[in-house]
Amino acid sequence: MTPTSSSTASTASSAGVFDDIVRSESSLRRFLHGLPGVDQVGCEARAAGLATRSIKTTSKAFAIDLAIRMVDLTTLEGQDTHGKVRALASKAMRPDPADPSCPATAAVCVYPDMVATAKQTLGESGVNVAAVATAFPSGRAAMDIKLADTRDAVEAGADEIDMVIDRGAFLSGRYLDVYEEIVQVKEACGDAHLKVIFETGELQTYDNVRRASWLAMMAGGHFIKTSTGKVQPAATLPVTLIMLEAVRDFRDQTGQMVGVKPAGGIKTTKDAIKYLVMVNEIAGPDWLDPDWFRFGASTLLNDLLMQRTKMTTGRYSGPDYFTLD
Amino acid sequence: MSRIDVRKTYKLYIGGQFPRSESGRSYVVNDAKGRLIANAAQASRKDARDAVVAARAAFGGWSGKTAYNRAQVVYRIAEVLEGRREQLEAELRAAEGISAAKARTYVDAAIDRLVWYAGWADKITQVVGNANPVAGPFFNLSTPEPSGVIAVVAPRGALLGLVSVVAPLIVTGNTVVVIASQDNPLTAITLGEVMATSDLPGGVVNVLTGSQAEIAPWLASHMDVNGLDLTGVEDAEVARELEVAAADNLKRVRRPAPDTDWLLEPGLDRMTRFMETKTVWHPIGV
Repeated sequence: MTPTSSSTASTASSAGVFDDIVRSESSLRRFLHGLPGVDQVGCEARAAGLATRSIKTTSKAFAIDLAIRMVDLTTLEGQDTHGKVRALASKAMRPDPADPSCPATAAVCVYPDMVATAKQTLGESGVNVAAVATAFPSGRAAMDIKLADTRDAVEAGADEIDMVIDRGAFLSGRYLDVYEEIVQVKEACGDAHLKVIFETGELQTYDNVRRASWLAMMAGGHFIKTSTGKVQPAATLPVTLIMLEAVRDFRDQTGQMVGVKPAGGIKTTKDAIKYLVMVNEIAGPDWLDPDWFRFGASTLLNDLLMQRTKMTTGRYSGPDYFTLD
Repeated sequence: MSRIDVRKTYKLYIGGQFPRSESGRSYVVNDAKGRLIANAAQASRKDARDAVVAARAAFGGWSGKTAYNRAQVVYRIAEVLEGRREQLEAELRAAEGISAAKARTYVDAAIDRLVWYAGWADKITQVVGNANPVAGPFFNLSTPEPSGVIAVVAPRGALLGLVSVVAPLIVTGNTVVVIASQDNPLTAITLGEVMATSDLPGGVVNVLTGSQAEIAPWLASHMDVNGLDLTGVEDAEVARELEVAAADNLKRVRRPAPDTDWLLEPGLDRMTRFMETKTVWHPIGV
């Protein structure tokens, strides 16, 4: 779950591959607009088709535990307190206190000013701290403020940074600005992993999702993430499908793996399993790992725990037996 | 030209909607003479699970309404039932093979029963609650509060029996998942239609049709169900097993009463069995 030296090295080498493309605004636009268009109907039908798979018994138990290990347990509210972040961090380490065999989540995801609190509670547990930075969720701030926001979170101990792209620049076609921004934020991240949030609910078309995916991967993002969770629609199956195709194709071309994180609106075990089926079928089993696929979620975890309890005890559980987030 | 029959599809009643069983199953319902009346949905354990989720979601809003308001809603069910009495009488005659006069008696009694329970909504606290005398400067007040989600195995009486087990639970603020009588499920769904059109919020009453033996154990062991009413269970061994399953989260259980004469006045027990007494100490004169 920590950044590996090999992935950082390959990022550096792949930067060379794309030098020609990112040389100028026009060459970058030519490349992004030259990507094959997304067949909207076909994409939605494929996503809906994959969502009909029935996953039962041992496969379901495996999927539930894997999904728990992939959760970035998130609280991004104006009303967050240090106490709430401490409670959330405790829950991330031991999601089901009644069952020691229940795995920990991948990370907790908080605002930068809460990173120190989360880090203090998590200690050496292996659960990472992810911080949203760069004027999350709108991304509307001056560049130096975004970079200061990022450095602040990294200095406080964040293992992962979730940045938002400037959707205004992206939609008005200033792709190089977005590229430069990601590159600079990545520099500010140092050793911390960088996740790039597109806010796909604002990108309007599937073609734009594909372009944003390539842009972020070329700029060196370790993860591409659908949404902030503050805009509807947040993560959807078709959008995640396009992003999974992008990371698959990117590995085919460069040998470098990039992770995917759908966030927002994934509330039930059934939803989570649909995503896992899609990861396996589109990107491949290599991505079925918390290092390469995450769920940005808060309410999802309780549903996973209830389903897990149902599978181990044979009777339905209820929300009374798990903490409120 | 003869008109084509418009046949009715009887489905489940869950969360204010009328879905088919997620399992896609149905079963044949015959009239008293063994002729086909219709197919009914055969609910699975997952339908029961969905029904509990709907009932739990509805509990906060329903128990939070004033008792006066709940009375009005239950009275409204009686009003709407009165308007559909011909349909219900015809259904009862077909399903149970009884005379027109007898069917009318049962429908009358079911409507009267709803009105009777509606009247109790804002009186039950006064009757079974209390201001307790204590040796100190305190008010000490006991009030009954609803238990939560109650799973009910309904008795055979297709209309009156069902109304008699459901009405006392909802006037007190509980929400209900009821497994309708296996042999006479159709009236239960018609009653669901009555409830769906009488200001009763979706999820307060959820009706499942199908095999009681299949669904009841899942509700009995469900950790998010707070009470279990076994009125309609006819097999003593089955009742014992359900009671054992219900013990894990200390559900309140009502034992079977298959031979009840539903035309008699019911008393308060069906309301008070699924209420918890809350006692509050409050200092005097501070």
